[in-house]
Amino acid sequence: MLKLISAFVFLIVASSNAFAFSQSSGLSVSEYTLDNGTRVVVIPDRRAPVVTHMIWYKVGSADDPVGKSGIAHFLEHLLFKGTKTVPQGVFSSAVSEIGGQENAFTSSDYTAYYQKVSPSALKLMMTYEADRMRNVILSDEVVYPERDVILEERSGRVDSSPGGILSEFTQAALFVHHPYGVPVIGWEHEIAKLEREDILAFYEKWYQPWNATVVVAGDVEPEDVLALAKETYGKVVASQPEVKRERIRDPQPVVAKELRYADERVTNPVWRRAFLAPSYNRAEGNEGEALDLLAAILGESVTSRIYKDVVLEKEMATSAGSFYQGTALDSGYFGLYATPRGDTTIDDLETAMEQVIDTLLEDGVSQEELDRARKTFLKSAIYSRDSQVTLARIFGTVLTVGGKVEDVTNWAEKLGNVTVEEVNAVAKKYLIRNQAVTSYLLPKKG
Amino acid sequence: MLRFIIQKHLTLIAAFMVSFVFSTIANAIDIQEVKSEGGIDALLVEDYTLPIIALSFSFEGGVSQDIAGKEGTVRLLSALMDEGAGELDSSTYRAKLEELGISVGFSAGGDRFGGSLRTIREDKETAFEMLRLALNEPRFDGDAIERMRDAIRTSIIRAEADPSAIARVKLRETIFADHPYSRPTQGTEESINAITRDDIVAMHRKIFASGSVKIGVVGAISAEELAGLLEMTFGTLPKEANLQEIPEIKPKLGVVEQIDMAVPNASISLVYKGLSRDHPDFFAAHLMNHILGGGTFSSRLYREVREKRGLAYGVSSSISTREQTNFLIAGTSTRAENKDEALRIIKQEFERMAKEGVTQEELDVAKKYVAGAYAINNLDTSGKIARVLVALQTENLGIDYIDSRIQQIEAVTLEDVNRVARELLSVEPTVVTLGPATQ
Repeated sequence: MLKLISAFVFLIVASSNAFAFSQSSGLSVSEYTLDNGTRVVVIPDRRAPVVTHMIWYKVGSADDPVGKSGIAHFLEHLLFKGTKTVPQGVFSSAVSEIGGQENAFTSSDYTAYYQKVSPSALKLMMTYEADRMRNVILSDEVVYPERDVILEERSGRVDSSPGGILSEFTQAALFVHHPYGVPVIGWEHEIAKLEREDILAFYEKWYQPWNATVVVAGDVEPEDVLALAKETYGKVVASQPEVKRERIRDPQPVVAKELRYADERVTNPVWRRAFLAPSYNRAEGNEGEALDLLAAILGESVTSRIYKDVVLEKEMATSAGSFYQGTALDSGYFGLYATPRGDTTIDDLETAMEQVIDTLLEDGVSQEELDRARKTFLKSAIYSRDSQVTLARIFGTVLTVGGKVEDVTNWAEKLGNVTVEEVNAVAKKYLIRNQAVTSYLLPKKG
Repeated sequence: MLRFIIQKHLTLIAAFMVSFVFSTIANAIDIQEVKSEGGIDALLVEDYTLPIIALSFSFEGGVSQDIAGKEGTVRLLSALMDEGAGELDSSTYRAKLEELGISVGFSAGGDRFGGSLRTIREDKETAFEMLRLALNEPRFDGDAIERMRDAIRTSIIRAEADPSAIARVKLRETIFADHPYSRPTQGTEESINAITRDDIVAMHRKIFASGSVKIGVVGAISAEELAGLLEMTFGTLPKEANLQEIPEIKPKLGVVEQIDMAVPNASISLVYKGLSRDHPDFFAAHLMNHILGGGTFSSRLYREVREKRGLAYGVSSSISTREQTNFLIAGTSTRAENKDEALRIIKQEFERMAKEGVTQEELDVAKKYVAGAYAINNLDTSGKIARVLVALQTENLGIDYIDSRIQQIEAVTLEDVNRVARELLSVEPTVVTLGPATQ
């Protein structure tokens, strides 16, 4: 029930695709705002009698109070524990007894819950989901055993994975002050002390109709969904006024940082480097699009510069590439990674990766590379329409990290406007080695 | 037009009635049988909503075809199938796919060798030609072999230090002893180094035959168009595969193995008796397993281990059916200090299931889930439907399976489920645990 930050990487690519496609093929998206502020987005896909219903709250781990990390994610678990009128298990049974699927996930910026069911069950899903927006019962009996489950989850995801351990500290080094530096699941010593009252206060503050975005994708008519939404979500009354998310800002990075972690469980070293870069939401002009294209040209495919040079030609890495994490309310980042092949040392591999970047900074990208990257984005965009869950996630994500439906529909045009000069400019502006965070995951001889 | 299951005349009010779920599926997918001139068969679901074509295929013969000492050959072969073909070396081949957004994929399973093709309609001729090249004229160039060998070696070395992989290997070796199913699918460092290009070529020749391939296609293509492209793509393969026969094996039960390892998280696996996919009691067993640990938030194992006691984040059970074996497996991962308690609770639930079975109410709920979940899980994207079309053929389920499975599920009685529970679970399971040594 948790989407860690690393999993974001996929989303930006997926987002890009939907943006593009909505432009080029008339993907029809309807958007409404209910009187109480709840937004409703409907994306019809009538090929199968299946509907995906999601609710997204604009609150995530970056909104956890200082010293109480893990609350947003903890609360996500507790929303499955029953309400004043719907006892624990009833909602889940309603989903599973018709063969539906359900789950939930938390990120730094959002918390989302979803069910995939037959369309006839949509109303019931909306009824239950609207109910648990305000009526969850958080008793000691459900809170404290669940805290153990979360400690189990953390142990499984982080403690048992050397890469997971290093990632947490790398994130903390990249975001020195901003809460993106705190793990989504929370630090273990803080989770262990979370109290019922802390969670309840968080629930009261954020789980309000003005903070909710409902996304419905599948075999439905937009007007029908709107009517159902009015009947269910529309009746939820806010108990607290709207809160705007304002988070502390990081200083401009000045110092290069290196993290080395050696662990007996590591067999193959991993080299990573991250640069702070603006998210789509914080970017000026075309910077977000330019960073996406830069990541593609540099290292997101078999024809990219890193793959051709470091993997194919120099035969120094089994895998290597780049990515741009631009789906965030606040700062995003640009990442590089590589795993050495054979006898290659991690230092030599680092040098080879740096050479690829240096060459790009010196000579810039070509028009041909830019066109190819753009074409790949647009082509693969069509495929994203094949999955209603993917579409629902794209819209939910974009809308909860500061974007609007129009940002989605204008994306293709903006992508088309990006010039070679703009791609080269973002490369020079953000790929600054002496401001980056580099991590080395290393084997340790027992 | 494909509306996979839509029957609008059915009233929505019937939503929660079993009959609704059942009848919608009964009017499900319109599947066409396509045969090329040279006799290549495929199942097709024609749909023009999106300009996409998804094809899935499966050849007989998987990792179990590896020869002793050369384990990992089939896995290496699958990694090389899209690394250059015909006149196109690896970079050129993959750049062409990327340029057109075509995806060609191969994956080696235990008993079968699968793959897929996905393309936008306008590029379909090129896409099928790229697949034809990969299937018929893979290059197996030296640099590609070494690159993939290194990548797999890296993965082997990683697995040797990965507690969950170590536990999986132990489990496999425990229940399958010297049978091919006990072998490491990726191979060992030694075996992967021993594989030559000739071994790879020979394995390719053994597996890729037009006589054994099962094909499913979904999307913007007519039966006539497809027939021609199938003939071109698969028609020139040799007719007969040349496979090694794999003997049947019953997993060894009643063995207890603990792997001592100082890790924060312990893992637990239990193996009980299973049954084959074509066994008349398959759905009775499937329903029983669903109630016990079938992966929803309402299974008995989930409730007892996670909800009531907070002992683990996840816990589930499933029935595994392979061509030459079958078993029921359950597992969880838990913090080391909770291992014994979690194992005790899981065993207790298995014993309770064997002795007391399930209630009529549990069975009714499970039937609704199992009936309805099929469409929701398997029919919502083109790629998934294409895989279903292949499974209908490989599992001999019949073209009307999407309808008939509903009747098969409906026909299961409480007595069937409880009898199957007794038969499968009244045994001492094999238990493999990994975690710190008990003091």
